[in-house]
Amino acid sequence: MSDSAAIPGALPGVVPIRRDPNHLGHHARGEGETRATGRGIGGPSPKRIVVGYGFWIFLLSDIVMFAAFFAAYAVLRGGTAGGPGPAELFDYTNVAIETVLLLFSSFACGIASLALDARRALVFQAAMAVTFLLGAGFLALELREFADLIARDAGPTRSAFLSAFFTVVGCHGLHVTVGLLWLLTMMAQVFAKGFREDILRRVMCFSLFWHALDIVWVAVFTVVYLMGSAA
Amino acid sequence: MSYTEDRAHADVAPGDEYAHEEFGTGLRSYLIGLGLALLLTAASFWVAQTKIMWAPAIPVALLTFAIAQMGVHLVFFLHLTSGPDNTNNIMALAFGVLIVFLLFGGTVWIMHHMNYNMMAPVEGGVKMPLQKGVPLQPEPQRGGSMQHGGGGHH
Repeated sequence: MSDSAAIPGALPGVVPIRRDPNHLGHHARGEGETRATGRGIGGPSPKRIVVGYGFWIFLLSDIVMFAAFFAAYAVLRGGTAGGPGPAELFDYTNVAIETVLLLFSSFACGIASLALDARRALVFQAAMAVTFLLGAGFLALELREFADLIARDAGPTRSAFLSAFFTVVGCHGLHVTVGLLWLLTMMAQVFAKGFREDILRRVMCFSLFWHALDIVWVAVFTVVYLMGSAA
Repeated sequence: MSYTEDRAHADVAPGDEYAHEEFGTGLRSYLIGLGLALLLTAASFWVAQTKIMWAPAIPVALLTFAIAQMGVHLVFFLHLTSGPDNTNNIMALAFGVLIVFLLFGGTVWIMHHMNYNMMAPVEGGVKMPLQKGVPLQPEPQRGGSMQHGGGGHH
């Protein structure tokens, strides 16, 4: 404590806190990282922060799994075994519509979490419903594309390229399906149980999941569709 | 209410858990994120289909736009900040990015070289300059895509 008294600008009468030397914290003057929760004198983090961190670790592990599928796709892209290649199979317009649907779904999910912060039940339910409809529209377009490919004799058994394609895009679609079920569960839980702390944490995890799916989709439409046909 | 407070005292650290906020406080962030993401998506699709760009530059541009859009999502949708609450999240993200880079980049790199080395004998016949000190002789009269023998870049 004796060295902290030398800090310039410290208020008289207030026990000065050691400054955040690199201004990592977004706090006011003189109040740096040491007062943040989870370290130093800040005490333990709120459960919201801890739960979010744990779920973030899960999401990153999920993204690592997707990276393996992307690597497989990038390697097997040329292995068409005499069958149709990326350029003749992919429909840019369809992919663009899917992208916009998922992006607006992510945006609606953000609106839902804003409504949750403001404890506005009706806005929350409406935003979640919009999120669901946009996500379901995305899934419908993807399933239609899959059905169309299989009908054109370009199913996952046709070539290594198509196996990799169906694996990576289908895995993302599976995540979206699970996310839609989770979304409905969250709507029901908020409706039935109200804005309880544990429910709020669950909805926060769901919105992290939904936004992360959109990040993975950015990689899908870039690596699988756009680079697949360009290269 | 009592149930909530019991829970709060049982397993929640002190400090306000969720702040009540006016609706629309964070709307600006989401709107900025949506606008930027739409812009970057449009740029990606335009670059992929345009004819005016030099072809080898297109994958580089696509990757750049994709990474930029992921950053936009992280900042404006997932609210990843440099604040103290997010230090652990940032560290985990950095580690995740490292793993993804090793996994994806390493796979593509290794498999590309394996393909290259296994194709070489077919393309270059017996003229594989594997001995040290033998200079690579590009053949001007052929001018094909595979002038260098297999393993020439070791």
